[in-house]
Amino acid sequence: MEIDISQFFPLFFEESAEHLADMESILLSIDPSSPDEEELNAVFRAAHSIKGGAGTFGFPDMAVLTHALESLLDRVRHRDLALSAPMVELFLEAGDAIRMQLAGHRDGTEVDQAKVEALCQRLQAMVGPAAPLASSPASAAAEEGASPEQSAPRSYRIEFVPPDNFFNRMVRMEPIFDELADMGELLNHARIEAPDSFEQYDYERCLVSWELQLTAPVTPDEIRDVFMFVADDDEVSIETLNADDAGNAPEPVKPGEKAACLLPAEPPIGAGGGPRASSPREPAATPPGRKCQDHPEASSIRVGTSKVDQLINQMGELVILQAMLAQTAQQFDPLLHQDLHHGMQLLQRSTRDLQESVMSIRMMPISFIFNRFPRLVHDLAAKLGKQVELKLVGEQTELDKGLIEKLADPLTHLVRNSLDHGIESPQQRVAFGKPPVGTVTLCAAQTGGRIVIEVADDGAGLNRAAILAKAAEKGMAASEEMADEELWQLIFAPGFSTAHQVTDVSGRGVGMDVVMRNVQAMGGRVSISSQAGAGSRVLVSLPLTLAILDGLSVRVGGETFIVPLNSIVESLQPKPGEINRVGDHSTVQVRGAYLPILPIGAVFGIAGALQRPEEAVVMIVDADGEQVALLVDELLTQHQVVIKSLEKNYRKVEGTAGATILGDGGIALILDVVDLVQLWRQGRVAPPGAVETRTQADAANGGEPWKI
Amino acid sequence: MEDMTGRAARNSASEYLTFTLGKEEYGMEILKVQEIRGYHAVTRIANTPPFVKGVMNLRGVIVPVVDMRIKFSLPDPLYDEFTVVIIMNVLGRVIGMVVDGVSDVVSLLPEQIKPPPQFGAGLGTEYIVGIGACNEQMLILVDIERLMSSADMQLMDGVGDSRQSLAA
Repeated sequence: MEIDISQFFPLFFEESAEHLADMESILLSIDPSSPDEEELNAVFRAAHSIKGGAGTFGFPDMAVLTHALESLLDRVRHRDLALSAPMVELFLEAGDAIRMQLAGHRDGTEVDQAKVEALCQRLQAMVGPAAPLASSPASAAAEEGASPEQSAPRSYRIEFVPPDNFFNRMVRMEPIFDELADMGELLNHARIEAPDSFEQYDYERCLVSWELQLTAPVTPDEIRDVFMFVADDDEVSIETLNADDAGNAPEPVKPGEKAACLLPAEPPIGAGGGPRASSPREPAATPPGRKCQDHPEASSIRVGTSKVDQLINQMGELVILQAMLAQTAQQFDPLLHQDLHHGMQLLQRSTRDLQESVMSIRMMPISFIFNRFPRLVHDLAAKLGKQVELKLVGEQTELDKGLIEKLADPLTHLVRNSLDHGIESPQQRVAFGKPPVGTVTLCAAQTGGRIVIEVADDGAGLNRAAILAKAAEKGMAASEEMADEELWQLIFAPGFSTAHQVTDVSGRGVGMDVVMRNVQAMGGRVSISSQAGAGSRVLVSLPLTLAILDGLSVRVGGETFIVPLNSIVESLQPKPGEINRVGDHSTVQVRGAYLPILPIGAVFGIAGALQRPEEAVVMIVDADGEQVALLVDELLTQHQVVIKSLEKNYRKVEGTAGATILGDGGIALILDVVDLVQLWRQGRVAPPGAVETRTQADAANGGEPWKI
Repeated sequence: MEDMTGRAARNSASEYLTFTLGKEEYGMEILKVQEIRGYHAVTRIANTPPFVKGVMNLRGVIVPVVDMRIKFSLPDPLYDEFTVVIIMNVLGRVIGMVVDGVSDVVSLLPEQIKPPPQFGAGLGTEYIVGIGACNEQMLILVDIERLMSSADMQLMDGVGDSRQSLAA
C-alpha cells in the first residue's frame, strides 16, 4: 500500500512547533543547579518526538540536529552530565536552529547550514567521547538503519498500557501487531482488567493492555517507532530479555480473546517494576495524574481556520435572516399570531446562543502570545545586562484569533520598551533602594466587552523633563503646565524617542506610534500611566472580536450608515443658538466646547441630506482623542452587525471600515470615524450631488433614463 | 443561456456567453460566469465613477456592480425588471456586470476565432481577444479578466488612483 506521506507534513510541522515551544518554555524555567527530573524528561521527550517525526517524514537534516540534541539531553537526564547554564543556552540555540530548519521545510525560507553544523559540533563536544553515538538506538532514524546490531535477533518484552481514553483516539491495533510480526517472531498477550462492579463499568474506558514478546533483529527504538502514532512514550515500555526469560513467557493469547485477570501477580505497568537498566531509552515512570495535564489535545480537534471562518460567515447570515424575519413578523397582530411571536422570540434566543458558541470557536487564550515573552525577556535582559523577572497574569483570557495574531507585534514593542527604557541596571536600582531584579508584568483581563492588556514595569517611569525637552526640540506644542496624561500622549508621535543612544533593542523612535496605529487598527485604545521612579503602565484595550461590531445605524439622505458604538460619545439635537458658522464650516457648542461639525452628506456627496444642523441630529464621536460632531438626518436603531469586507470583491472605500448587511437585505457601510475625519480634513469630498443623479435614476427605476 | 447542459464538449472548442451592449454582440468565457440575475437593491458608494453602480448583497457576499452600458457611453441605460447582471468570478473576486441583454452560449473552434481588428469597438482593443464568427454573426470576444482588473475600471485596489475618478 502506497501512502503519500506528504499529506502528514502539515501535522508534523505543527506538532514539532508545539514541541519546540514546550521545550523552550521548560528550558527557560529550569533551574540549572537543581533541574527537576520531570522537566528534563519532558524536554527529552519533545526532542525525541521531533527527531522521530523528522526521520519518518524524510527530513534528515532535522533528524541529525535533534539527534545530537537528544544525545546530550539523554546524558543529562541520566545524570551522566550536570546541567549548566551554558548548556541551557545551547539547548535554546538548538531549539532556534530546529525552528529555522522547520521553517525551511515548511515555507522554503533559507536555512543557515553553517550554523546548524556548528551547533551539532558544539552539542557533540558537550556529549563528550564517552557517549558512543553508533550504539545509540536513536541513530537508526538518522542514519537509515546502518546499525551493526541489526543482524542479531534479540528478544524484547513490550508492554503497552493504553490510557483510559484510548478508544476515543480511533486507533486500531491490528496494523501495529502486523507490523511487529513482520519484524520477527511475535507473541501477543492481551490483558483485560475487570471493572469492580457492573455499575462502575464505563464502556468508553479502555480496560485492555497488551504484553508482547518480540524476537527480532531490531533496536528498541524501532519498536517504539511502530507505536509512534498510537501511543506516547510513557505508555509503551520495552525490555530486553535474556534467552532464559523468553522460555517462561506467558502463554500466547490472540488479541481480542478474553483473558481477564490472567496475570494478577504482574506488577502494574508504570510502577517501575522489572529490570529496566538494560533499556536506556525507557522514560521514567509517570504518575497517572500528570497525563491529563500533558494531553489536553485529546479532547480537541484540529480544524482549518477557513472552515471556522465559513461557519462564522454562515452564522452571520443566520443572524441577518433572523433579524429580517423578526422585522416581518412585527407586522402581524401579536394577539392574533401569538404563536408566531413566541416562536420568533425562541428563534432569537437560539440564534444568540448559537452565535455566542460559534464566536467562541475563534477565541484563543492569550497565553499563545504571552508564551513568547519569557524567552524574549531572558535574551534581552542578558543583552542589556539587567536582571528582570517577568510575571504573566491572566494568560487564560480568551480573545479572537485574528486579534491575537495582530497583537504580537505591539506587545513585543511594549515589553522591549519596558526592558530598555523602564527597568534600570541592577546598580542603579540598588542605589534607588529598589531590589536589583526588576519586574515586568504582563496582565490580561476581560472587562465588559473588552480585553484589557497591561504591560507594567517597576522601573524609572517616564521622564517628564526629557519628553518636554524632546518635544521642544521637535517643535511640538508642549508646555510645563501640561498634565501627565496629555504629556504621555506625545510619545505616540512618530519618530519620538528619548533614548540617549540608539541600540538594536529600541531607541530609533519607531515604536510607540506603530503600537498606537496597530492597536487602533484593531479598534483598540492605548493609555499610559507613569510615576517617576516607581515605573510605568501601558494599558491596551481591545474589542473581544473583529467579526462583530456594536453599532448605531443612522440615516443620511436616503442612505444608511453604521457608526461603531465604541466611538460614539453622545448624540443631540442642537438648538439654533448653539450653532456657529466659521467660513464654510459650522461648529456646535457642547458644554462650553466648540466642536467642528462634519456633514456626512457632503463628504459622501449624498443629495437630500439635511444641511442645517438645527434641523438635524449631531452625533459626537471620538476620533483619535479628538471630538467631532457628525451631522446625520436621523438615528435609527442600535444593532450588532457582522462586519463584511469590501476589499474582498471590491476595494477599500475611504472613510469606511467595511460594510454590513441589514435586516432588510440591503447593505450599509460602516463608518471609520478616524478615517472619515481625515478624508474630510483633506478636502477629498465628493462633488455636490454626485450621488443625486444616480439616486434619481435608480429611484425612477427605469422611468427616468440617465444620459451621459 | 438556459441551454448550458446541452452544450457539446467538442475538441478544443471553448464556450462563450454572449451578451449585447447597444448594437454589438459580445462574448465572454463561460467558465468565468457564476450566475445571471436581475438588477435590484444596489447600495451606492461615494467617490466612485458613474459606471460603478455600487455594491449588492448576493446571499451574504458583498459584490460590486458595474454598468457596462455607462462605461461604453451607450445612451439611455434603463433599470427595470429586464435589466440583467452577469455575476462573474474573475481573479478570485465576484463582480456583477450590467449589460443590455444575455443571448446565448456558443461553442467556438479555434479556427472560428479571428484576430482582433486594430480599431476600437467601444472598448480598447487590448481587452479584445478576437472576433468570433458564428452563424453569420460577429462576436466580440472580451478578455473579461483583463478588463475588470484594468485601472480604468477602478474595481481593485492598487490598479487605479481613486482620486482621478472624480474628474470622470
